[in-house]
This record gives sequence, structure tokens and C-alpha cells, in this order.
Amino acid sequence: MDESIQTVWNEAQTRANEAYTAQRRRITVDPITRLEGHGKIDIFLNEQGEVERAYFQVPELRGFEVFSLGRPAEDMPQITSRICGVCPTAHHMASTKALDDLYHVEPPSPAKKLRELVYNVFMLEDHALHVYVLGGPDFIVGPDAPPEMRNVLGVIQTVGIDIGKRVISTRRRLREFIAYLGGKVVHPVLGLPGGVAKGIAPEDLPQFQQLAKDGLEFALFTLQVFKDVVLKNPAYMDLITSDTYTHRTYYMGLVDEQNRVNFYDGKIRVVSPEGKEYAKFAAQAYLDYIAEHVEPWSYVKFCYLRGVGWKGFTDGVESGIYSVAPLARLNASDGMATPEAQKAYEEFFNTFGHKPVHHTLANHWARVIEMVYAAERINEIINDPEITSQNLRVIPTATPTVGVGVVEAPRGTLFHHYETDEKGILRRVNLIVATQNNSARMAMSVEKAAKGLIRAGEVSEGLLNKVEMAFRAYDPCHACATHSLPGQMPLVLTVYNPRGEVIHQQRR
Amino acid sequence: MPDKPKVAFYWCASCGGCEESIVDLAEDILEVAQAVDIVFWPVAMDFKRKHVEAMPDGSILATMVNGSIRTSEQEEMAHLLRRKSQILIAYGSCAHTGGVPSLANQFSKEQILRTVYEEAPTVVNEQKVRPQPRHPYDGTALTLPEFRGLVRSLDQVVEVDYYLPGCPPTPKLLKQAVLTLLSGQLPPKGTVLAPDTAQCDSCPRKESKPADLKITEFKRPHWTQIDPEKCFLAQGIICMGPATRSGCEAQCIKGNMPCTGCFGPTSRVRDQGAKILSALASSVDAREPEEIEKILGGIPDPVGTFYRYSLAKSLLRAKVTR
Amino acid sequence: MEDRPITDKLVTSADWEPLIVAFFCNWCTYTAADLAGVSRMGYDHNVRVIRVMCSGRVDPQFVLDAFAHGADGVLIGGCHPGDCHYVEGNYKTLRRYYLLKRVLRDLGIEEGRLRLEWIAASEGEKVAKTINEMVEQVRALGPLRLTRRFKEWDAELASIEAQARSEEVATHA
Repeated sequence: MDESIQTVWNEAQTRANEAYTAQRRRITVDPITRLEGHGKIDIFLNEQGEVERAYFQVPELRGFEVFSLGRPAEDMPQITSRICGVCPTAHHMASTKALDDLYHVEPPSPAKKLRELVYNVFMLEDHALHVYVLGGPDFIVGPDAPPEMRNVLGVIQTVGIDIGKRVISTRRRLREFIAYLGGKVVHPVLGLPGGVAKGIAPEDLPQFQQLAKDGLEFALFTLQVFKDVVLKNPAYMDLITSDTYTHRTYYMGLVDEQNRVNFYDGKIRVVSPEGKEYAKFAAQAYLDYIAEHVEPWSYVKFCYLRGVGWKGFTDGVESGIYSVAPLARLNASDGMATPEAQKAYEEFFNTFGHKPVHHTLANHWARVIEMVYAAERINEIINDPEITSQNLRVIPTATPTVGVGVVEAPRGTLFHHYETDEKGILRRVNLIVATQNNSARMAMSVEKAAKGLIRAGEVSEGLLNKVEMAFRAYDPCHACATHSLPGQMPLVLTVYNPRGEVIHQQRR
Repeated sequence: MPDKPKVAFYWCASCGGCEESIVDLAEDILEVAQAVDIVFWPVAMDFKRKHVEAMPDGSILATMVNGSIRTSEQEEMAHLLRRKSQILIAYGSCAHTGGVPSLANQFSKEQILRTVYEEAPTVVNEQKVRPQPRHPYDGTALTLPEFRGLVRSLDQVVEVDYYLPGCPPTPKLLKQAVLTLLSGQLPPKGTVLAPDTAQCDSCPRKESKPADLKITEFKRPHWTQIDPEKCFLAQGIICMGPATRSGCEAQCIKGNMPCTGCFGPTSRVRDQGAKILSALASSVDAREPEEIEKILGGIPDPVGTFYRYSLAKSLLRAKVTR
Repeated sequence: MEDRPITDKLVTSADWEPLIVAFFCNWCTYTAADLAGVSRMGYDHNVRVIRVMCSGRVDPQFVLDAFAHGADGVLIGGCHPGDCHYVEGNYKTLRRYYLLKRVLRDLGIEEGRLRLEWIAASEGEKVAKTINEMVEQVRALGPLRLTRRFKEWDAELASIEAQARSEEVATHA
């Protein structure tokens, strides 16, 4: 890293940090769009100065379910990708699959493979973003490192400039591949009910086969970095397994026929806090299993298992709160479908010695294992003899009715549900986005972290970062990930005494 | 390095795609970072509004704001950054013309809240609880923002000097824009920093566009085998090319899908939707009312299609009775 | 195109009168309107006639702009099918008219506020009849007055700058 850039960066960071003692009383955030840069945490203390209640408020509201009405369903893969510019491919693909279902059409095999290929490339580059830029710095640089180091530049200093360059260039090449098939990388256009708009020209194949190889090497390297930096450090392991970051909830994830993790397709499997299979269902049955609870203090709705019920912000078998994203996917599956990932999967559970793993921070490790799976799957598909086939579309002929599509977004299970008239004009839209599945558990994580770190009215230093780590592990998308590019989401944390007076406020 | 020009980035109601487009400068981002002093970029650095407030007015050379405007905070930030910046740039479709989120201008706030919190099939909410701007708690209150009745483009709130179009803009246009700013050779105020020609002019399928386009049927793309070489309009597939500015490197077209209009109109067009309406209707190959209506019936959602990214900046701005 | 109302007085007065903007083709309807005038056929004063060389010159933007500037109704008058001075102009108008009506409907503007009539140069009485009919129809629909609505929509913006400044002063104090 150029020294002058580092200096500029550090100066700016320091300036900004110093200045962050602001006393803005009210944080106004945009509730209509998918994301906003300000999260808000309010902590209330009782007479003894102990935490009575902590609120992690999500000030977002997706009007997408409403303003999509009256639009032709085939526009949805492109409209809904605008929910999030970081994970547009997840929305695009969930939407495209919902259209397959809506139009009762099965894409030809090469089209399915191309979709899964693009999808895994996206998962790999998005997970890489998180590992190296968003959440990873907490671990790679260290949770107690000064804030100005806990960012991508700090990561580069820790692991070396060559690695930094490699991260940037690998991610760029992966994104260029998405653009090749999807037209654009931010808001791709390939998805149509019954197939994809574009295939791979045979003459372009070798470069992508090379990319696949490099991608796998990169993923395995990342796994090694993680092991070296995190797993060999007992302090980190203590942190991961500490009670503050532990919740015994249900877990949800998409699995294939052998109950192995799959990002693109399969059935949704839910396991209980004891690790028993609670349910396994097709996307179309999601309404039987998932319900949403509304609280007056957050724009986000809280998902829970309908059959177990809403019991408030509490964990255990009796509470319907569940979790999604990498850790949940590993917990909800019986293994990985590729060899290196399977090895890593076994090591993961052997290390913790039990399954499911309830430690939120284990998400970081699980994410790296998923990178390996994504990279291996890319290699399998790109070397499939069918991959350059131009048999890309089946034109739908059936009358559209109802369609549900599901994928595993980087941040968890993502549902798109459309109902249309006979011309395919949308009459009803329901979206359950990845982060929303986690919202209840995230609220619990924040509260638990606060309780662990505030004692007798004493607010310990680093509270904000520890609290933040609790939810950053989920890679929350409402933030929406880019908003915390160097691993820092702008946040306001306020502590109130029993008289409702502000006794402490921290911002970043 | 006290003398490097100061640049700021800010986001309003955006999806994060514009931020990704800045990150997609990839290796070039270092070059940009060396040429300018980034004084404010919430996405990438801790920041504080007060710090910006303390800067002398006009001390930032240029600020790029992405996202549409829906809340008072975004309005305040827009005003603040306007004051502190010599040049204010609307970055991306949402800031430029309202973007996809401004399709919400066809619906009322009440409808949005009711649908999301009461009528969604997954919601269990017998008490009809809705998020409240103020939720009392033990003598104090948890507050949430209220949102405005309309989605707005940046220039409907503050004066804007330049625009970078696209959903999102290409890293190439961004880099060009930064170089232009640094050169001091500034284009006239109000300029959209992209070529002022229609998409069709730079379309790789230009040759196959008939001089006298005659549309006998509008085909929805999913019901059509798309010819990967031929002009979409010549195939009867709606393409926003004729009413859209070029400069995107025809990315969607290269993905074998039609243009949906994210670069907004050229300087000669005030209302992008009306422009494509005119172009498409004029090309309908029919003279009898019934026949005309039948062909036009093949466009199921003219507002959503013609104003996909520009409803906020359309002449009517919104559904007038919401 | 500057966003200034055509007649602010009209749109803010309590005793509202419909305002119709009429785009008339030079070769037929405009001449007919002239004829109606010299023949002393009375038609409502609530219409503002704009002469264009062909109904085909009426860009849909003109119609939207008229509404956006305070028109309660827009009337387009052109030559009968087959009689266009430029051969095809009125057919283009017809096609745009159908699509524009759908867009207007989807944006909350009632069907009766936009009308297309074929009126030949000799049909002075048809001009008068059409205008009078349309004025009554629009009167029945009530005011559209988008200029006022836009002001109402933007009233929520007005205080922002002042508020921002006062907060800034407060935080520095």
C-alpha cells in the first residue's frame, strides 16, 4: 500500500473518529428504500444500572412489495435487484426462479447450470468482500485493534500487500465474469422464466476455466489465512465461544437431496436448537412455516417459525426464532457437496465438538468454508461439457398463477413470492429477504452483548465495537453491507438511565 | 498534502450499487485516492456531519451524491453538502432522475404501510401494529423516521451542477468525471457527464434497426426467442434505446436483453417516458383504432416500462391522485 | 421548459374555471376555429389555443407539460384520417393518443381531460361544439390544478434549509 494513501486514510479516519462525539438527538433514516447507513441502538438501564432492554432498530421499509404491483412479472428480476446493489444477483436469481414457478416452466439443463454457475461466482466474490473488507477485519486485524486499523487497509497490512492486490484483482475478475453473462455486474439481466438470455461462447471458455482454478486457489488460501490468524489464536476462540455471542435458536438453509448445502436450489431444511430436523419443505410451502412479527419500534419485520410461535426475543426450543446465513446453512445441513469444503466442514464441527454450533461469530469461519464450496462448484460446472450449449431457453406456455422462488443469498435464505393475473401482471408480491430472517436473533445478539458489557451503569470501552461485532457477523444487508465497507457501519448507541435521560452516547 | 482538492461522496436512498460502482474502479481507485483528498465518505470512513458543518462553505471541490431523496435527513444533508461544495454531482439514476424507487410515486404511503405490515401473507399482526415515529418507553421514546410523501431526485431538492447517469454509472464514466473536474475545464452547468446521443447511436445492433420501423406486435421477452444479433425493436421487443442516453457501453444489450433506460434522456428531451411513448406509438403499423389499441395492448405497464428510472423527474412527477 | 404556471391567478382563485389548452393543426382545426370566430359562433373562453403545423407535431411531452403547468384539460384537433397535409401525421397522433391516455390513467389523470378530435377547416361549428362539450366535461371532473398540487407536495421541503441552518447554529453554540 502506498504510504501516502495510508496516511491520508488514517488522517481522515482519525479526524472522523475524533469528531464522532456528536449529539444529534434524532437519527432520521430512510424507511422506504432497502437500506440506509444509520443503524440505531437504544439501551435502557434499570435502577441498578443493569441493562433492562436494548433495541437494535432497523429503519428500513421495502416498498418494493407495493410498487411492483401492476408490473409484468418478467420485469421483477431487474426491478427487485434494485433492493440491493451489493447482492443484486441474489434477488435477480430468486426472482427468476419465482418466474419459472409462476409460468410452470423448467429451464433446459445448460441454462440451469449457467444460472448456478453465475450464482456461485457471485457467492464467492461477495463472501470474499465480507471476509476481507466488511466483517473479516474484526478477526484478521483483531477485535481490539485500533479502529483506524480495522478495515481493509489494516487487513492488507496484516496479510501483506500482495494478498491485498490479489483480493482486488480476483474479485474484479469474478465480477467481470458475472458481467459477461449478466450484462451488468450491478443489476444483471440474464434471468428469464424458463432460462437465461445468454450463454458462454466456446472460444471464451478457457479464460473462465482458468478463473475457476484461480478462484479455488484463492478460496483455499483464504481458508488457510483464517486458520492461521483466527483458529491458532486461543483468545479469538474464547471470544467466538463466549456466551455473549451464543444463542440457541433454530437454523434454516437450502439443502440438496443428500441434505448437503446448496446455494441455488433444493429444499429448505430447518433444524432445532438440538440439531434435530424440524422441517424440510419446498419453497412453495414457505407460508406454512414462516411468519412475520411486527414491532412498533423497527421498520423491519421479525421472522419466526409459525409452528413454534412468537415468544418474544428469547431463544430455545420453545421460541420460533431462527437464524439463516453461513452458520445456519452449515447447521441445517449434513455436509458439503464438494471434497475440500466437506473436509473443512468436518473440521469446523470437530473443533467445536457439537452440532449445531450456536456461536454467532462462527459465521465468519462458516463463510470461508462456503467460499471453498462455491469455488469447487464453479470448477465442476465450468468443466461440464454442456456449459457452452446454446440451448438456453424454454418458452413458457402455461398460464401464470403463483410463483415462489428461493435461493441462499450470502446473508441467508431469500424468498420471492408472486401472484399474477392470467397475463402475468402482478397482483401480489411478498418478499422475505435474508437479513430479515435473522432480525430477531440479531436484536437478541445486540441485547446480550449490551448486557455482558454494561455493569452497574458502567459502560466499558469498546462496547460499541463489541455490540457491532455481534451483528456484523451476520453480514446484515440492511446496512446494506456496502455501507460498512471497511467494516464500519455508521451507528448511534445511546444508553438511558431509568429516568429516560441519556447517560452515554457513542457514535461511529 | 494540504492542497489536494477535496472530494466527498454521500448516499441518500440508494441500494448500494452506486457505491459498488466506485469500488469497481478496482485498481484505479488508488489513482483517484492519490489525486484527491476524500474528506467525507460514510461508506468507507467514519464521518460526522458536524465535521462537514465546520468546513468553510465551498471548501469541498466536488461532492457526488447518489440515491433518491425520501427523508428530511437526506434533504438536510443535500442542503449541507450543497453549501459546502463548489460542485454538486448527482451520481446514478436515483439522484439523477429518481430511479427505480421513484416508481413508488404511483402509490400512497398508507398503501405501502398497510400492505407491508398488515396484508402480507406471512404477517401475523392481529393488533395491526405499525412502526411508529415515536414509541414511548419509560418516559423516553424510541424514534423512527417519518418518510416524505414523494420520492425526489436530487435536483428537486437542491441545485445540482452535473449529473452522472446510470444504474449504476460505469466506473469508466466516474473516472472520466474525476479527471474532468481535476482538469479545471468544466463543462456548462447542468451537463450530464455522458455522451449526448441516443443509445441507438452506439448500439452494437444499430445496423439491424430499420429506418422505417413498423411494429405489428409487442412481444414480451419471456415469450420470445431473442435473436442475439438483431435490433430489439425490430423484433417487437420494447427497448428504451431511442429515448435513452448512451454511455453505458450497451451492457444490457451485450447481455442479450433490451435497454431499460437507466441513463435517462438526452439533453433535448424533458420527459423520457413521453419520448419513448412517442417513438413506440409512432412506429405502430396500424391505422384503425381497434387495431392500434390491440397492438398497444401488448405493452402491459407503460408507466413502469417507460418511467422505470425517471418517474420522479417526469413532468407529472407522480400519480397525481395517490 | 421553465416550471412556471400559465396563470397562477386562475389556479389559486377559489372560483375555479376550467382551463383547456388546445393544440390545433394549422391546416384544418385552427382554420376552423378561425371560422368559428368570424362566424360569431360562441365557444367557451376557457380555452387557450396553440397553433401547430400538424397534430403530429404534438409531442406527448407538450400534453404532459400543459397539465404540469396548470391545464385542467388538453384538446388536440387535427385533420380527418386521409386528409393530413403531411400524409401520416394524424395517424401518428392517433396512436400516441391511445397510449398517452393509458399513461395518464395510470398516473391518476381522468380520461375526459384529454381529447382528440378530427375537425376539418370547414367545420367551425364542430370546433365550438367540441370546446363547449369539453369545458363542461372538465368542469364536471373538477380542477386538476397540478401547479397547486406540486406546491402542496413540496410544502414539506420548504422548512428544511432553515431548520438545517438553525441546528447547525445550535450545535456550534
